[in-house]
Amino acid sequence: MTGKLTNAQIAWRAAQDIHDGAYVNLGIGFPEMVARFQPKGRQAIFHTENGILGFGEAPAPGQEDWDLINAGKKAVTLKPGTAFFHHADSFAMVRGGHLDVAILGAYQVAQTGDLANWSTGPKGVPAVGGAMDLVHGAKRVAVITDHVTKDGKPKLLDRCTLPLTGVACVTRVYTSLAVVDIVDGRFVLREKLPSLSFEELQSLTGAPLHLDGGVADLTCPEV
Amino acid sequence: MDKRIENLAQAVADIPDGATVMIGGFGGSGAPIELIHALIDRYLATGSPRTLTVINNNAGNGHVGIAAMIEQGMVAKMVCSFPRSADPRVFTEKYLAGEIELELVPQGTLAERIRAGGAGIPAFYTPTGFGTDLAKGKPVAEFDGRSYVQERWLKADFALIKAETGDSLGNLTYRMAARNFAPIMAMAAARTIVQVSHAVAPGGIDPEAVVTPGIFVDAIVEVPNPAQEEDLNRANAHYPEVAA
Repeated sequence: MTGKLTNAQIAWRAAQDIHDGAYVNLGIGFPEMVARFQPKGRQAIFHTENGILGFGEAPAPGQEDWDLINAGKKAVTLKPGTAFFHHADSFAMVRGGHLDVAILGAYQVAQTGDLANWSTGPKGVPAVGGAMDLVHGAKRVAVITDHVTKDGKPKLLDRCTLPLTGVACVTRVYTSLAVVDIVDGRFVLREKLPSLSFEELQSLTGAPLHLDGGVADLTCPEV
Repeated sequence: MDKRIENLAQAVADIPDGATVMIGGFGGSGAPIELIHALIDRYLATGSPRTLTVINNNAGNGHVGIAAMIEQGMVAKMVCSFPRSADPRVFTEKYLAGEIELELVPQGTLAERIRAGGAGIPAFYTPTGFGTDLAKGKPVAEFDGRSYVQERWLKADFALIKAETGDSLGNLTYRMAARNFAPIMAMAAARTIVQVSHAVAPGGIDPEAVVTPGIFVDAIVEVPNPAQEEDLNRANAHYPEVAA
């Protein structure tokens, strides 16, 4: 393999597709990074499951208010225009089709749009949080992920082998090597690292990559 | 009518063994720590209440609040979406030892089941969970070409919640994101007990600002300057305090 994007660069790429004024939910952990890379002149409004719209970035250490946290239980801040609401309203926003984009992490994504991102199997204590709700209702459900697992196995598959979070829910995948859309049960390659051939990318992908028009170069600044 | 109660011990005195108790809060935000600790005090003094079913988003963090209830052995079952936290050891050890039951519910489904319980809707259909392990055995139906899972309402005998300001009629406001599950739990419980940071007379809350109308509230107890679970955990607090 000839290089890959860092997590920050994957987050940067995903951020380029978020329009000004979009209502956005970012999953806990890696997806939260997307908020750092909003293009100049655009302002998304971030939603968190525990009942805040339009919150700001993390406060300085020592300035936390623990009544003002995000879904990852991290402290956030108020901004002009912040709104609070209860949990049932929060998930009405999610399921009711009011969010423009949800960006989530993944263990596996299938060409059908199925997503597995909540459980690695029956061991330990199961925990789902809002993952199963978030995959339904947002106008776009995008995934950001490394293209392969830590031991080099494809994460983009013909079908998921891990427990599903949702069926036919993902519409776009931003990986460390490519941007892939899911259209009619197929992976459609939109962008790839210029240093990587189509054949190399296909060999790292667990289902056929289809072409629909040209494939753009996936280029990101150092971030 | 005056829903104010003198003290915390009195506020939680009627919760019996085997009760189902909704407890407000998302992690530490909104957790009614003083009400929970009053319930633990009663259990330590009398052996009751025990074999409780607790409904909360999480399953406790550290050794205070819900984690302390579980650690003391008061909880038979947790209904929650995310039984993990910065320090989930208390729940994890009991769960892996088979000493506590877990009903895992997707967070939005948990919220809507509680809302439905308070609104008199016995069941509803949601897209959440369709085709996943958490929908196994549940009725499925198609509406406008899309598949949905039937979920049932969730009600409780008691709700313990924290609010910012409450008047003696039970009207409540909350502080920032601490409201989370509290307004819907107040609706879904047969008896809702609220700790408020500020108790005021009727008229002390602007009617336009009321979040939970008093009809959903049964008892108010004033707890000025309530503890934050996150602060307690950062100080490695235990409840009851471990003798040095």
